[in-house]
Amino acid sequence: MTRTGFVVANLFRKKTRTILTVLSVIMAFLLFGLLQSLSHIFDAGADFVGATRLMTQARVSFTQPLPLSMVPKLEAVPGVARVAYSQWFGGVWQSNTQVFTFAVDPLRYHDVYPEWVMPEQQWQTFAGTRTAMVAGKQLADKYGWKIGQKIPLSSSIYPQKNGSKSWAFDLVGIYDGKDENWKKQTNVVFINHDYFDEANLFGKGRTNFYILKLAEGSNAEAISKTIDATFENSPDETKTQTEKDFNLSFLKQIGDIGLIVRWILFAVFFTLLLVVGNTMAQSVRERVPELAVLKTLGFSDGSVLSFVLAEALSLCLAGGLIGLVFATLLGAMVEKATGGQFQLRVDTFVWSIGIATILVMSVAVGLLPALRAQRLKIVDALAGR
Amino acid sequence: MSESMVEIRSVTKVYERGKQKVEVLHELTLDIPTGDFVALMGPSGSGKTTLLNLIGGLDQPSAGEISVGGSRIDQLSSGQLARWRAHNIGFVFQFYNLMPVLSAEGNVELPLLLTKLSSAQRQKNVAAALEVVGLADRAKHKPRELSGGQEQRVAIARALVSDPRLLVCDEPTGDLDRNTADEILGLLQVLNREHGKTIVMVTHDPKAAEFARRTLHLEKGKLLEQAA
Ligand SMILES: Nc1ncnc2c1ncn2[C@@H]1O[C@H](COP(=O)(O)OP(=O)(O)OP(=O)(O)O)[C@@H](O)[C@H]1O
Ligand SMILES: [Mg+2]
Repeated sequence: MTRTGFVVANLFRKKTRTILTVLSVIMAFLLFGLLQSLSHIFDAGADFVGATRLMTQARVSFTQPLPLSMVPKLEAVPGVARVAYSQWFGGVWQSNTQVFTFAVDPLRYHDVYPEWVMPEQQWQTFAGTRTAMVAGKQLADKYGWKIGQKIPLSSSIYPQKNGSKSWAFDLVGIYDGKDENWKKQTNVVFINHDYFDEANLFGKGRTNFYILKLAEGSNAEAISKTIDATFENSPDETKTQTEKDFNLSFLKQIGDIGLIVRWILFAVFFTLLLVVGNTMAQSVRERVPELAVLKTLGFSDGSVLSFVLAEALSLCLAGGLIGLVFATLLGAMVEKATGGQFQLRVDTFVWSIGIATILVMSVAVGLLPALRAQRLKIVDALAGR
Repeated sequence: MSESMVEIRSVTKVYERGKQKVEVLHELTLDIPTGDFVALMGPSGSGKTTLLNLIGGLDQPSAGEISVGGSRIDQLSSGQLARWRAHNIGFVFQFYNLMPVLSAEGNVELPLLLTKLSSAQRQKNVAAALEVVGLADRAKHKPRELSGGQEQRVAIARALVSDPRLLVCDEPTGDLDRNTADEILGLLQVLNREHGKTIVMVTHDPKAAEFARRTLHLEKGKLLEQAA
């Protein structure tokens, strides 16, 4: 037996209690790992490396549409190869199923997104038919839509000129993704922007955002700055960012994710401190005589303190490391399942703050019981005073 | 007899309970020669445990001097006392006070974690101590798998394992039946006679005291004069 062995043996004095405590630490650190990597994504600065497309939206919010007159100005920016645009339609299928529907210029969109695969003939029909729509394969399969069908979709935002929010489109094509990743995202409907623009009751000649395909080898960051500078101080100031950052800003609409994450973690760890702290306090309280015997045998006050601290550390370390491992695995699974769209990387950074948290927590829950054990007077403890 | 193992000079022990002061030992003087086996008797509350704790270096006197094995221990800091106890004293308690999470051999090995002995050397000493108390075959058992008498033997092995010259025992048979008590007392006698351990034992039981070489009576913090 060693001192370590003794510490471990003491942890298993009350097996159920130890296991439950460790489980709660595991859960907390699982959550910690996942949420931390999530907020890490949101807090990270813009990353233009490897970007082949940029998204331009109104600086305030993409809910404020930009004029189509920007197209030639955007096309004039060096490094921009092709410009597409997309307008949120707010599609609703049947009574209340939301369908992601965007009004686009078909051929421009086709050029900018070669990842969407559909027979060229269908792209042409899409472009040539005012009331056309194309649907992603997943969606078409899900609702049993067939090419040639008329699909009624209502809009949660835009009424037609006659005031009715019910629209109907001719399904002229079903697109798929070029690989596994893109196939997973074929749940969007596209309609013809020309038709939408004409037929809707509200604004004309506007779109929510532009998608810019960049020329090979161009500097995405510089282009983004040039564009935003071009429209600065105009009535339509822009914000140009990578697709990845754009997707994040979509989520950011929900609220300040970083702040939410911090509050959740605060609540979780506050609870955890109470749970583990209580376990430690109880375990010291119930073996006051044993701790006194240790001192009788010649263990110093400091050794007894370190035994208790080591127990707290073992509890937190066991639970914390297992929790972080689970978070790492689960994060990788989420990333894989979403085809890399949602990157939950429990990376070295998350691990380091995780381990720092484990250490701080061990001291926080262990220190008071350890000090109590250290201060224990042998004669009183032995006599049960 | 030979030199003194324990020398107590005018020791007074006062406990403060709130504002009230309780004098538990009053100017007590006592010599215990090396190789002695002393039974300490007296009514409840007379200060027996207090005296034993002072001899064992678990507590400090309010006044007076205490030497054990030639060292003054009444002036030591609590850290120095802890180190001193580890090498010089073996303790045996009424309720055995074993670690429930450790096996018999784990309990006996515990004091050796304070030494520089190698793991192999520790195992050897543990085996030897368990052999002396006749429990070699129960080494792997946890305390709750042992009888009271066996638990007390493990406790005695734990007190012996670092080879101290002095054993202090506070009512070591107080929780045992007559036969078991006699076995434990016989064991202490062997330790005294054959292994040369000096023993101070508190007991309420006159039969137990008969196993000792002599009996001291404590009353209200003072020793009664005793014919040798
Ligand atoms: N730490 C303490 N604080 C206050 N009073 C104490 C303390 N320790 C002992 N006493 C008091 O000192 C007196 C002697 O106690 P001690 O434990 O030495 O008696 P004892 O002779 O061992 O008795 P028993 O036979 O019941 O074990 C008792 O009145 C006890 O209440
Ligand atoms: Mg007593």
